[in-house]
Order: sequence, then C-alpha cells, then structure tokens
Amino acid sequence: MRVVIAEDLTLLRDGLTRLLEAFDFEVVAAVDNGPALLPTLLRERPDVAIIDVRLPPTHTDEGLKAAIAARTAIPGLPVLVLSQHVESLYARELLTDSGGGVGYLLKERVSDVEQFVQAVQQVAAGGTALDPEVVTQLLGRRERLAGLTPREQDVLKHIAEGRSNAAIAGRLFITEKVVSKYINNIFTKLGLPPSDDDNRRVLAVLRYLGG
Amino acid sequence: MLFRIRVRTGLRAIGHGVCATGLGLLNVPVLALWLIGLVLSPMPVLGADLLHVTTVVVRWRADLERRLGELAGVPIRRPYLPSPDRAEQGGRRWVRWIITDPATWRDMSWLLPGALVSVVLGLITVAIPAYGLAGVLLVPLWLFLGDVWFGYGLFWPVANLAEAWLALPQGLIVIAGGLVVAPLLRRVDVLFARLFLAPTSAAELRLRVAHLTTTRSDTIDAQSAELLRIERDLHDGAQARMVSVGMTIGLAERLVRRDPDAALKLLAEARASSTAALVDLRHLVQGIHPPVLAERGLEGAVQAVALHMPVPIEVTSQLPGRLETPIESAVYFAVAEALTNMARHSRAHSAWVRIRHVEGLLAVDVGDDGVGGADAARGTGLRGVERRLNAFDGTMTISSPPNGPTVVTMEVPCALSSPKI
Repeated sequence: MRVVIAEDLTLLRDGLTRLLEAFDFEVVAAVDNGPALLPTLLRERPDVAIIDVRLPPTHTDEGLKAAIAARTAIPGLPVLVLSQHVESLYARELLTDSGGGVGYLLKERVSDVEQFVQAVQQVAAGGTALDPEVVTQLLGRRERLAGLTPREQDVLKHIAEGRSNAAIAGRLFITEKVVSKYINNIFTKLGLPPSDDDNRRVLAVLRYLGG
Repeated sequence: MLFRIRVRTGLRAIGHGVCATGLGLLNVPVLALWLIGLVLSPMPVLGADLLHVTTVVVRWRADLERRLGELAGVPIRRPYLPSPDRAEQGGRRWVRWIITDPATWRDMSWLLPGALVSVVLGLITVAIPAYGLAGVLLVPLWLFLGDVWFGYGLFWPVANLAEAWLALPQGLIVIAGGLVVAPLLRRVDVLFARLFLAPTSAAELRLRVAHLTTTRSDTIDAQSAELLRIERDLHDGAQARMVSVGMTIGLAERLVRRDPDAALKLLAEARASSTAALVDLRHLVQGIHPPVLAERGLEGAVQAVALHMPVPIEVTSQLPGRLETPIESAVYFAVAEALTNMARHSRAHSAWVRIRHVEGLLAVDVGDDGVGGADAARGTGLRGVERRLNAFDGTMTISSPPNGPTVVTMEVPCALSSPKI
C-alpha cells in the first residue's frame, strides 16, 4: 500500500515511516512543509495520505487545507489527518464532501501501533476513523440527534470511530446480528436510503457531526 | 409620539430644575462647613478628620451635580486624585491629599457661582410653566376669588370675561414654551457646572496614568498567577507522569530478560502514562493559547467553541484581517467565558455571536434568548474577563434585564494586520 506522509518534525516523520514500513506499507514520499504537499499528493496519488494539520511555513492549518484541496482534486483520496489536538470544526470540514476515506486522529494514537495501523487501513479502504475525543466532544451536545436510543447512539459513536460491525459487537458485548439491526435502525431514523453500506456509514457519521 | 417625548423630557427637565434649585441653595451651608473644616484642620486631634469629612460632603454634592449633568445629557467625569493607600490614610496625609488636589479648589470655586446659576435658571424653569398654569386657571380663579385683581398676557389688566377666557390658550402656549425651554436651561446649567467640575486636561492625564497603573498591576498580577498555575500544572501533571514513565521503562529494562511477560506489562503501562501526560499537556495548552486560535484566528476559534455548546449558536464575523495575538487571545477567552456562562445560567434555546471591526474598534456581541438577570458583579469569571480586556483599554458591558435577552458587549480599540489572502 502506497503512503504519503506530511509531518514537519523529523523525529515523528521518521518514526511514522519506520512504523508503517514495519507493517509493509510503502512510504513513497515524506514531505515536511505545506506548499510541497499538494503537488506531491497529485503526483503520487497514494492509497492513503497521513497528514499533520500544522505545517510550515505558517504553522497554522496548512496540512488540513492541503488535504481538503487534494480531495477536491482527487475525489475520495483517502487522507488520515493527525494533530496534537482535535477540533470537531475540522472534522466537519474534512467530512463535508462525504466521499469517505477520511480519518482524523490525535497524534498520540500512534503509540497504540496496532490500532493505528488498523485505522490507516480503514481509511485507505474508504471508511472513516474519527478520534474518540472528537466523538466525545460532539456527544456532549448532540442530544438533538432525535429519536436515537442511547444504545443506538453508542453504536453510531463506534461507527464514527471507524469500527467494523464485528469490533462493535465485541465492544458492546452483543452479537454481530444485533449490531447490524441497530445500524439499520439508525439508517432508517436518520432517513438514509438503502445504498452501498460503507457510504451510508459515512453519511450517518456526517449527519451525526452536522447536527 | 414625538409630542409625548417632548412633553416627557420637558417635564423631566422641570423636575431636575427643581432639584438643582434646592441643591444650589444647599451649596452655601456646604461651603461654610468646608471652610470651617479647613480653618480647624490644623487642630491636633480631630482637625484632619474633620476636613476629610467635610470634603467628602463637598464631593458628594459635586457628584450629585455630575449626576444631574449626566441626566441632562452632559456627562461630567470625576477629577479627583486617587485616595492614599490604606496604610497611609488618616491624619496629615488626608489633609495633604485634599489640599494638593486642584479639583478640591475647583469644587470650592464652583459652589457659589454654581449655586447662583442653578437657582436662577431653576427658578426660570419653574416660573414659565407656573405662569402658563395660572393662565389656564385664570377663569376658575376669577370665579372663585370673585374679583379682577390681576391681568394676563396681552390683557393687563383683564377687562372682561372674554379676555379672561383668552388667557386659557395663552396659558397653554406659555406652558408649551416652558416645556421646550426647560431642557435648554438645564443644559446651560450643567455646562456651566462642567466648566468647574470636569477634570482639566492635566487632571485627565493624571486619571489616565492612574488607570494605566491599575490595569498594569492587574495585568502583571494576572500574568504571574497564570505562570504559577502553568508551573503547578506541569509539575503535578505531565512532569510527574514522565518521571513515572521513565521509572517504569527502567524497570522493564531490568526485567526484559528474566521475565519478558512482566516487562511487556510494564511497557504497556508506560505507554498509557505517556498518553495521559499528553492529555494533560493538551488541556494545559488549551488554557494557555488554544491551538485552533493560532490556526484559524478569532472567528474560527469562536466557531469551534460554539460547536461544543449545548445550544445552537450563530457566529457572524466581519474581520478583514487578523488581530494582534494578545488581543485575539483576550477577546477569545472573553467570548468563551460569556458563552460558558450562557450555557450554565441562561436556559437559552439559541444564542449568537457577532464580531466586527469598525473604525479601529473591535466589537463583539454575545447574545442569547434566555432568562436574563446576568450580573458581572456576581461572577468572578466575568470580572476576570473585564480585567483582561481593560489591559487593552477594552470594555465589557452587560445588558441583561429579567426575562432576557442577555447581550454581553465587548469593545477593544485595536488595529488589524494585513487582510487574509
């Protein structure tokens, strides 16, 4: 799997490269600044891009902007955005094109190597992986998500974090069959028409974020 | 509508005229009292305190006049030097503080001329409508008294009943005239008072220096308190955790050959500690300078806060550029505090934030449709916000009548940097 990394701190950039190569990813480019990122993404068209929000020269949100621009140019380009802090505002911006293949995680999640690699694969496959922190931030205020039972909200939360049905079943101590029943209920209540399941999962998360 | 407003302002001005007349008459005893206090002030035991008390009386009188000025639409600022520190109060220092303040002598020089102007103008203010009233009531008076013992207006003396009846419209005109003139007379009175009671340009400068001294020391206090908090948070939080990470890894190192399973467990523990340290650091950074503020400026950061609030918040912003970092940060925390208060106390269903920059003034309104009754004096949070804004010559005002709506307005004079690209 071909990966592009954008991270300005050498220590983290090399660490990420080493980590991903250990899991048989091919790091085709590792960029350390904002302006070089977009051309690299357009040239390499990687299977997944791992991007730090804050990049030189301005150290603001250039990584995020480049990620969004790249997804406009190449719809559905999988990007996993990493940051020292998470903002639901940014999550919403990343997800607005609803194409799937979006991840948004705290940098420290990298330390749980297996889960991180799973998230990368999930995003590359067109799924979503939102940091639990983002989800909790939103959960605080999303009582307005009308009609969902607490259990359904739990399930939706796990979907947002990018878990498969099997993983959700494991977390909530229920069978996979029950999970898919819950998910179908969620889709119906959120008024999502039957379609490709992965896409509907993204849409459900979007609705969840957008309020 | 306009008519009613005119009548109301006229009546109010007449009322104020009456007050001003009464207070003007009070000036004479007040002046006498103060002069007695001054003469007796060298007295060894009670002299200084006596002067202090009489000065308080004079300033109370002058403040009443300033209040009247404000009511007449001519705000008059207090010019007095700040009183000595608590440690230095009493005795000779009181006397020096009072005697060396030019405002004291300006007050004194105002007392008599001010009284004259207030009484004369006040009497005119009352006399005109009173005369009008007499005209309106001329016929009933005449019938009641049964004799033509005075005339009115154009007809002096009143020759017959027809002329007496004509006094009625004349009286009405005079009343109307009195209502129109009264506010003007009030204005003249308070403008005269302002000549004496407002700070001179030197006093203005002195007040400004006093204000700057207070805000500077507030700022320094707040800053050192903030640094102390950061130091403590680091010490008890991230630093302590990193120490434990180091220890755990060290232990794992020793165990790795003998008991790999135990070493593995320790390593997992170390990783969990490092994650917790990062959480601590993130919260700390959030409190110092929220990253989203650095990345997106005031508008984006306020939007990010709004997204976490339990009620929908509409954020509108007209900022053609970025603000200076310290101001941006102060205003951000002010808005965040206002929104937090809103969420906690207002029981609002929706709220809005409006940010704009007009003629060198940044103005931010935070409003909601909640129950109202917010009071800055009660919440320490809003007081802190106010102090922080004061450091930039900013102000915060709260309008929050019972039953709402509440609007918190923050204004800070500042420039914008180059426009966003």
